[in-house]
Amino acid sequence: MADEKTNVQNGTANKVSLDKKTRQSVMWRSAFLQGSWNYERMQNGGWCYAMIPAIKKLYSTNEDRAAALKRHLEFFNTHPYIASPIIGVTLALEEERANGAPVDDTAIQGVKVGMMGPLAGVGDPVFWFTVRPILAAMGASLAMSGNILGPILFFVLWNVIRIAFLWYTQEFGYEAGTRIASDLSGGMIQKVTKGASILGMFVLGALIERWVNVTFTPVVSTVSLSEGAYIDWDKLPAGAEGIKQALLDQAAGMSLTPTKVTTLQENLNSLIPGLVPLLLTLFCCWLLKKKVSPIVIIIALFAVGIIGHLIHLL
Amino acid sequence: MSFNFIQIILIFIIAFLAGCEGILDEWQFHQPLIACTLIGLAAGGHNVATCIMLGGQLQMIALGWANVGAAVAPDAALAAVASAIILILGGGTEHEIGTAIGLAVPLAVAGLFLTMLVRTMCVPIVHREDAAAEKGDYKAIERWQWIAICLQGLRIALPALFLMFIPSQAVIDALKMMPAWLTDGMTIGGGMVVAVGYAMVINMMANKEVWPFFALGFALAAISQLTLIALGVIGVAMALIYLTLSEKSVAAGANGAAVSGDPLGDILNDY
Repeated sequence: MADEKTNVQNGTANKVSLDKKTRQSVMWRSAFLQGSWNYERMQNGGWCYAMIPAIKKLYSTNEDRAAALKRHLEFFNTHPYIASPIIGVTLALEEERANGAPVDDTAIQGVKVGMMGPLAGVGDPVFWFTVRPILAAMGASLAMSGNILGPILFFVLWNVIRIAFLWYTQEFGYEAGTRIASDLSGGMIQKVTKGASILGMFVLGALIERWVNVTFTPVVSTVSLSEGAYIDWDKLPAGAEGIKQALLDQAAGMSLTPTKVTTLQENLNSLIPGLVPLLLTLFCCWLLKKKVSPIVIIIALFAVGIIGHLIHLL
Repeated sequence: MSFNFIQIILIFIIAFLAGCEGILDEWQFHQPLIACTLIGLAAGGHNVATCIMLGGQLQMIALGWANVGAAVAPDAALAAVASAIILILGGGTEHEIGTAIGLAVPLAVAGLFLTMLVRTMCVPIVHREDAAAEKGDYKAIERWQWIAICLQGLRIALPALFLMFIPSQAVIDALKMMPAWLTDGMTIGGGMVVAVGYAMVINMMANKEVWPFFALGFALAAISQLTLIALGVIGVAMALIYLTLSEKSVAAGANGAAVSGDPLGDILNDY
C-alpha cells in the first residue's frame, strides 16, 4: 500500500507514459511469447518477457519492478498473435497504475483472462485454419513444380500480414484501453470470423478437388474403334512426313490406339471430377469427429496406398 | 551426396530456426515450404529444385497442422528438416520425393514427443523466472526465456546434425533396398494423406451457414483455367457479398415494425 501512495504522489508531479519506441520494442518481443511455453502456466514467461521494456519504463524502484514482474508471470494462454491487442490494453492499464490510478493486480489479471479465451477462439480459425492454409496452398502449388516463387510468396505475404496485425492491434488495444474488451465482443469481430470461414470453406472445396489425388487404375471397358477413328501406324508415310501426318491426325481427334480403353477413374470423372477425394475428405472429417487420432488416419492411408497399389486398384 | 563443413553449419542453423519457430509460430521457418527450400538452397545444385518440390508436397499434407490451446499438432519442423536431409543424402532425385514424404510422417510423430519433452522442461525454467522476479532481476528472466527458446531450437538442430553424419552411401543403399511397390504405394498414399489436413481444417470451420460455399469451391475448381488466385478472388467477393446482404436483411428486419419472418405476411399486414 505504501508503494501505491508514493506512486500517487509521483503521478501528480510528472506523468510517465509509454513512448512509441517502447511500444515497438514490446511488439517485437511479443513474437517470443511462446518461447518458454510450459505445461504449468503456458505462455507466462513469454508474456513477462514482452512486458519488460514497459515495466522498466514505468517503474523506477526495485520493489515496484519486482511486483510488476511477478504480476506478469501469472498463467496466460491465447493465440500468439491475438495476444497483441491484450498486450495493448495491459500496457494502458499499467500506465494508469504507474500514474497512480487505482488499478490493482486483480483488474489486470481479470482483463488478461477475460480477453484471452474469447479472442483465442477468433485467432485459431482465422490464422491457423484460413489465412495460413490458403497462403501455404498457393505457395505449395507453385513449389510442387520446383518454382522458388512459391516459398517466397508464402513467406513475404504471411509476415507482412502478421507484423501489421501485431502492431496495429497492439496500438488499438493501447489507445482503447479498457474499452477494447467490450468493443471486441461486438459485431466487427464476428463479421471478420464469418467472412474468413466463408472464404476458407470455399478455397478448401477447391483445394480438395485440385490436390487430393486418388486415381483408380482398373480398366472398365476396352472397345475396338472403327477404321478411320484411330491412327493406322502401318499406313503412315516414312520419315518426318509420317510424324507430321500422325500429329495432324491426332489433332483432328483420332485415337492413338485401335482400341478405346476406359478406366474406372474416367467413368468417375464424368460424374464430377474429384468425387472420390471429396468422399475421402468427408470420411476423414467423420473419423476425426469420432476422436480417431490424425496420426492413425495418416498411417492407415499410407497402408491403403501400398495395398491398393499391390492389388492394382490404385 | 554428403555434406561439407559449411553446409553442415548452414543446415544446423536452419534446423535451429525451424525448431524455435515450431513453438513460436511467427516467421514460419518450421513450415515445410520454407524449411525444405532453405535446406535445398544450402545444399545447392539440383537439390534446390527437388527440395522445393518436397517442401510443396509436404506443405500440402501439413496444411491443417496447428497448435491449438494446449494440444500439440504433429511436428512439421522435424518432418521437413529430416526428410529434406534424407532426400539430399539419397541423391536428391525427383523419384525419391515420394519416399522422403513417407518417412516424414513417422518423424512428425517423433517430433511430437520431443516437443512435449521440452514443454515439460520449461516448467522448472519458469520457476527460475519466478525467483528472478522476486528480486526484480529482469535480466535473469530474459536469460531464461532465451534458454527455453534455444532448447526448442536444439530439439530439431541436434537430430539434424546427427542425420547429416550418416554416410550418404548408407542412405542410398537403404533407399535402394526399398522395392518399387513400396515407394510407389507410399507416393499414392501421400496423395491421399493430404485429405487429413483438409479434414482437420473443415472440422474447425464448418457450420450450416458455410457448407454451400464449400460446395461452390469444389465445383468451380474443376474448371482448370481458374488458378488458385482467381478462385481466391471469387471467394473473397462471395464472402463480402454475403456479409453485406446479411447485414442488410438484419437492418431491414429491425426497421419493420412486425417481423414475422414471413415476407408475404408482412406485405399483407402493411396492405
